[in-house]
Amino acid sequence: MSEYADTLVADLLRPLVKTSWRFWTLVVLLLGVVSLGVGSFAYQVNTGIGVWGLNSPVFWAFDITNFVFWIGISHAGTLISAILRLVNAEWRRPVTRCAEVITVFALMIGAMFPIVHLGRPWLFFWLMPYPTERQIWPNFRSPLVWDFFAITTYLTGSSLFLYLPTIPDFALVRDKATGFRRRLYSILALGWSGTTKQWHRLESAMQIMAIAIVPVAVSVHTIVSFDFSMAPVPGWHSTIFGPYFVAGAIFSGIAALIIAMASIRKFLHLEKYLHPVHFENLGKLLLLMSLLWGYFVFAERLTTWYGNAGSEMTVFWQTQRLSFAPLYWTMVVANFIVPVTILSFKRTRTIAGCVVASFGVVLGMWLERFLIIVPALGHKYLAYSWGSYRPRTPEILLLVATFGAMVLLYVLFSKVVPIISIWEMKIGEHPKLAHEQRTRDEAQAMWRTQP
Amino acid sequence: MTAMYALFDRPEAAQRAYTGLKRAGVATRDITVISGEPFEAFEFSHRDHSMILFRLALLGGIVGFASAVLLVRGTELAWPLVTGGMPIVAWWPNLVIIFEMTMLGAIVTTVISLLATSGLPSFRRSMYDPAVSDGKILVGVPVAAGGASDAIKEALSTGAIAVKTADF
Repeated sequence: MSEYADTLVADLLRPLVKTSWRFWTLVVLLLGVVSLGVGSFAYQVNTGIGVWGLNSPVFWAFDITNFVFWIGISHAGTLISAILRLVNAEWRRPVTRCAEVITVFALMIGAMFPIVHLGRPWLFFWLMPYPTERQIWPNFRSPLVWDFFAITTYLTGSSLFLYLPTIPDFALVRDKATGFRRRLYSILALGWSGTTKQWHRLESAMQIMAIAIVPVAVSVHTIVSFDFSMAPVPGWHSTIFGPYFVAGAIFSGIAALIIAMASIRKFLHLEKYLHPVHFENLGKLLLLMSLLWGYFVFAERLTTWYGNAGSEMTVFWQTQRLSFAPLYWTMVVANFIVPVTILSFKRTRTIAGCVVASFGVVLGMWLERFLIIVPALGHKYLAYSWGSYRPRTPEILLLVATFGAMVLLYVLFSKVVPIISIWEMKIGEHPKLAHEQRTRDEAQAMWRTQP
Repeated sequence: MTAMYALFDRPEAAQRAYTGLKRAGVATRDITVISGEPFEAFEFSHRDHSMILFRLALLGGIVGFASAVLLVRGTELAWPLVTGGMPIVAWWPNLVIIFEMTMLGAIVTTVISLLATSGLPSFRRSMYDPAVSDGKILVGVPVAAGGASDAIKEALSTGAIAVKTADF
């Protein structure tokens, strides 16, 4: 093995074999945060959904905001990874797995919220199409059932898209491990040996998955937007919602990816593999998405304002000038002013700059989801039914716990699986080798001797 | 099965062994090449190309599509529930379900096909050496009871860091 490959394997397997007290401290802390959410959920199930701040007419608030937000964050990984694989971007190699993991965990967290929100979560399986004794099947004309199908497809696809390229890395760990770990990784590696046939099949499968996963990812957030745009609620019934949601999802997803990459770079000491250029490229992508987000908001707002329909304008002014205005303008600053200011200049498009902008975007995008849902529900067509909403402690704790759960799952994953694909990194070194004169001469001589 | 294999630390050397084995009259299908990463630039890596996964994925997509059409249409006809003034069999909303199930069919079929055509999962003993995980490339052939011919031994030993015979 070359010196580079030796170092690469040692660096990327280090988190799997060495565990410091800092790791356990972090895990305990995060478990504490997650248990707050679990406790809050248990309290809600035991006491009833009235413990939340929900009231007539605001029946959707924090939980559905969290649902849309986390499904959006999930767009970081698989979609970006699939696109980078399809265009064969060389700089993708250390990025793809970090990204794909976000998708799987964010989807798991996001998909949990419609179930949490059911009130009677133990009946969630009624969404599934199966022949029950009741002979009642889901209504396929309901956008909520579309969600079930879209999220199931995306979660299945993303999990497999994450798992397949880890198989060769599991085989590598299997060969280097002993005892229980060896048995565990033997199972995970499925008996992978690395024959030419296996490599070809794996690469073909990844190509097909990448092609399939892009439209699925786009469909998922479009379908999430249909939960709103299919309803004749002021501010929701808009044809722009599909692409607007998809763009927002990719936007928040890239921000989450930058934060995750910067964290593993620092805490797992992976500076040799996650270079400033990776952040620079993702920072440019974030800038592009920020501008696109600004464009969508402008198009949506202008259309509403110009149409001047009474009910639409009520919701419009709630967010522009009235009770929701502070949140709205915070969102604009966080999603547009901050990222565009930081990321437009090469001097500030550093790792730290990208991380600051990304934190702004994550905050801004959560606010955006909240501002789509609550002001509209609180100000529907008939003024006598207007209402407002204030979150209560259980909802806030559940929100905080989701962030804790995301970090916890990411930390535990990076403890079990190399967070950067080792075999893909090794391939990344191949073209460089081919430029060496000696190697090229040898290769040419060898090809000339082919029968 | 008894096999003779050699370990190489450079793909060029593995390629020479592969070429040498073919010259020695060993059929391509009998030569096993195992590596910790794919080497697309070398001829030994160019065999076993196949479009079968793409075809099976397409087939999986068609099965997913057909299942979705049957599911939504069958359900709507069996339980004729009027919703929002839409027809009983409403194709516009059904398209969403049909699309997702088509893609799910293609994705799941791809993974099953990958496993089936790659012989995974497999926990039987087969030609393998853990040195592959250290970056070595294994080139091996099954040998008859009388042992390997001189030509095979020479092809495998040229440039190899180790030559081994083992039962698998």
